[in-house]
Amino acid sequence: MHIAVLVKQVPDSEATVQVKADGSGVEIEDRYTLNFFDSLAVEEALRIKGQGGDVVVTIITLGGQKGVEALRTGLAMGADQAVLLDDPAFAGGDEYATAMVLAAALKGMQVDMILCGKEAFDDSSGVVGPLVAEFLSMPSVTSVVKIQLAPDKGSALIEREIEGGKEVIKVSLPVLLSAQKGLNEARVPPVMGVMKAMRAEIKKLDLAAIGLPATVVGRAGSKEEILRYHRHPQRPAVTMLQGEAADIVRQVVGLLKEEAKVI
Amino acid sequence: MERMDAVVVGAGLAGLTCAYRLACEGMQVLVLERGDHPGSKNVTGGRIYLRPLRPYLPELWDKAPLERQVTKEVITMMSAGAAFTAQFTSDKFREHSYTILRSRFDKWLGERVVERGGFIVPQRRVTDLLREDGRIAGVVSEGEEIPAHVVVAADGALSLLAEQAGLRGPLAPRHAAVALKEVIKLTPPVIEERFGLSPGEGAAHLFFGAITEGVFGGGFLYTNQETVSLGLVLGIDSFLRHPAARETHAIFEAFKGRREIAPLIKGGELVEYSAHLIPEGGNKPVRQPYTDGFLVAGDAAGLALNMGITVRGMEFAMASGYLAAQTVKQAKEKGDYSATTLAAYATLLKESFVLKDMETFRRSLDVLENPRMTGFYPAWVCKVMEDVFWIGEGPKQRVSFTIWKGIRQGLFNLRAIKDLLRLRRI
Repeated sequence: MHIAVLVKQVPDSEATVQVKADGSGVEIEDRYTLNFFDSLAVEEALRIKGQGGDVVVTIITLGGQKGVEALRTGLAMGADQAVLLDDPAFAGGDEYATAMVLAAALKGMQVDMILCGKEAFDDSSGVVGPLVAEFLSMPSVTSVVKIQLAPDKGSALIEREIEGGKEVIKVSLPVLLSAQKGLNEARVPPVMGVMKAMRAEIKKLDLAAIGLPATVVGRAGSKEEILRYHRHPQRPAVTMLQGEAADIVRQVVGLLKEEAKVI
Repeated sequence: MERMDAVVVGAGLAGLTCAYRLACEGMQVLVLERGDHPGSKNVTGGRIYLRPLRPYLPELWDKAPLERQVTKEVITMMSAGAAFTAQFTSDKFREHSYTILRSRFDKWLGERVVERGGFIVPQRRVTDLLREDGRIAGVVSEGEEIPAHVVVAADGALSLLAEQAGLRGPLAPRHAAVALKEVIKLTPPVIEERFGLSPGEGAAHLFFGAITEGVFGGGFLYTNQETVSLGLVLGIDSFLRHPAARETHAIFEAFKGRREIAPLIKGGELVEYSAHLIPEGGNKPVRQPYTDGFLVAGDAAGLALNMGITVRGMEFAMASGYLAAQTVKQAKEKGDYSATTLAAYATLLKESFVLKDMETFRRSLDVLENPRMTGFYPAWVCKVMEDVFWIGEGPKQRVSFTIWKGIRQGLFNLRAIKDLLRLRRI
């Protein structure tokens, strides 16, 4: 059984991210980590492998040096191999173009299951996974919190999170599943794993290797264009009310009625 | 599982220097670091003196990300409302001492280690020593056993590993201080104008007296390339003896607000705030910095020295890390990692500037922590200067008389004479 896990290196939740003054982009502090939901996907693949049988786990990402770091994290956790999709032509692509490249690479890999995070921590679009499934004409289930593989590995029982409860779905393989919080708790890579991952060779695939024309990848193949980013509106100045409690209450009620107009 | 030649615990200057040298020698070395990256957990003033270190790592210094070369030494003695400053510049102070931002420098040094084939794994806490037949045979990090021929403990002033190895006791409050530091961003032209510097030149400014509010310690300000590091160091033991002392951050805020400080940092943006336990120096170095399969270096080995005009730790850390690496290399050649072979480390330390300087200044802390050093004397100097410069309504006395009167009142007593004699220890 071959499981592919799609991963992305994203800014750490503690990194400072600022919108550029002209709104053309964002400036991100150099602190990156494997996307949280992707780490759940890697973990789940490793747990399936741990259940026995002949399972190979391949970690895949699209991108340059930062992508390599995501791959090494996956390898450190215990994945068998890693593939980097890297070509100048891939740059600047939207979700559609990204999924196009991933799907083309996966087509040649004979995968039985594709796991990915339900969304990336940075742009939160959450559509690359389902698009990949679409391009590969395979079913996809999003926001998965439990995966139970049938003994013959031909199908799986999936639990996914829905508003106020869970949905149980039976799906045939091959399938793409996107991981939601609650699926598992990702392991901290062991030190020995990290060292092994640092030395591991990472397979690179470029445009020629995946056999797509340059017109359908990267910026050229994108359907969307980001026009600008907005900063969060500045919080207005705080007014401190002074005086006795009873007075303050009266003032607050007055302000809520007349200024905020909420009561 | 494969056995590393060496596991270094702590990616500070001692650990990284040791790992760098080992990696250069083609040995298998792994550095485990608790912080997010090398340098992330560190609070250093800081300035580093290059002269003692050049012979050790000659190839590194020309590319090292140092900040400014210190050409101006400034000392300010402060009373509650006055300050007396002495400033010293010298043409000789070229390539002598540099200001340094450790989060930047350590990260860079870490990259050099990795470049040479060493491994650095951050966000890993080493909890225990791994023992085989009673002998240290590696470390345990969060349950994972990592076997190694030698463990180099470079885990800082509190070194739990050196304690576990039985080489030292816990750090005494007297030898520890709490350091608070803010890194404040200005622009290079503003820094050069405010401190009277040429591009690339820096100032090291020390403050002592009333700013520590009776607690043993002092303040510092170092100019970096585009920031200044402003900090305050407060001795823990002295702090405990002052039950009325305010909270450290309140003391620090008052320090920042002083007339002598505020204009220097005006308009700056706070980019980093840190507080950490640091060694105050004065502690004796670990008597035996080695045992079977184990070496201890840097602050962990008690290698920090309070010379009054500066607290030195970084040069000692790097030199001891270097010498630890030499020792491990010799042990590998012999195929013997027992205490007998590793004892060479103690000899190397003794022959280096590290233990020689430690010996010369071994009693300096006794003098410095005298409460009159931060209380009476700075206030006395300020009072004398005030009287010298003051012109009031009444007739003014001769300047020489004012100074003589000040000296008679301040220094002509047994206590002051004793204090003066004790100064010889520094």
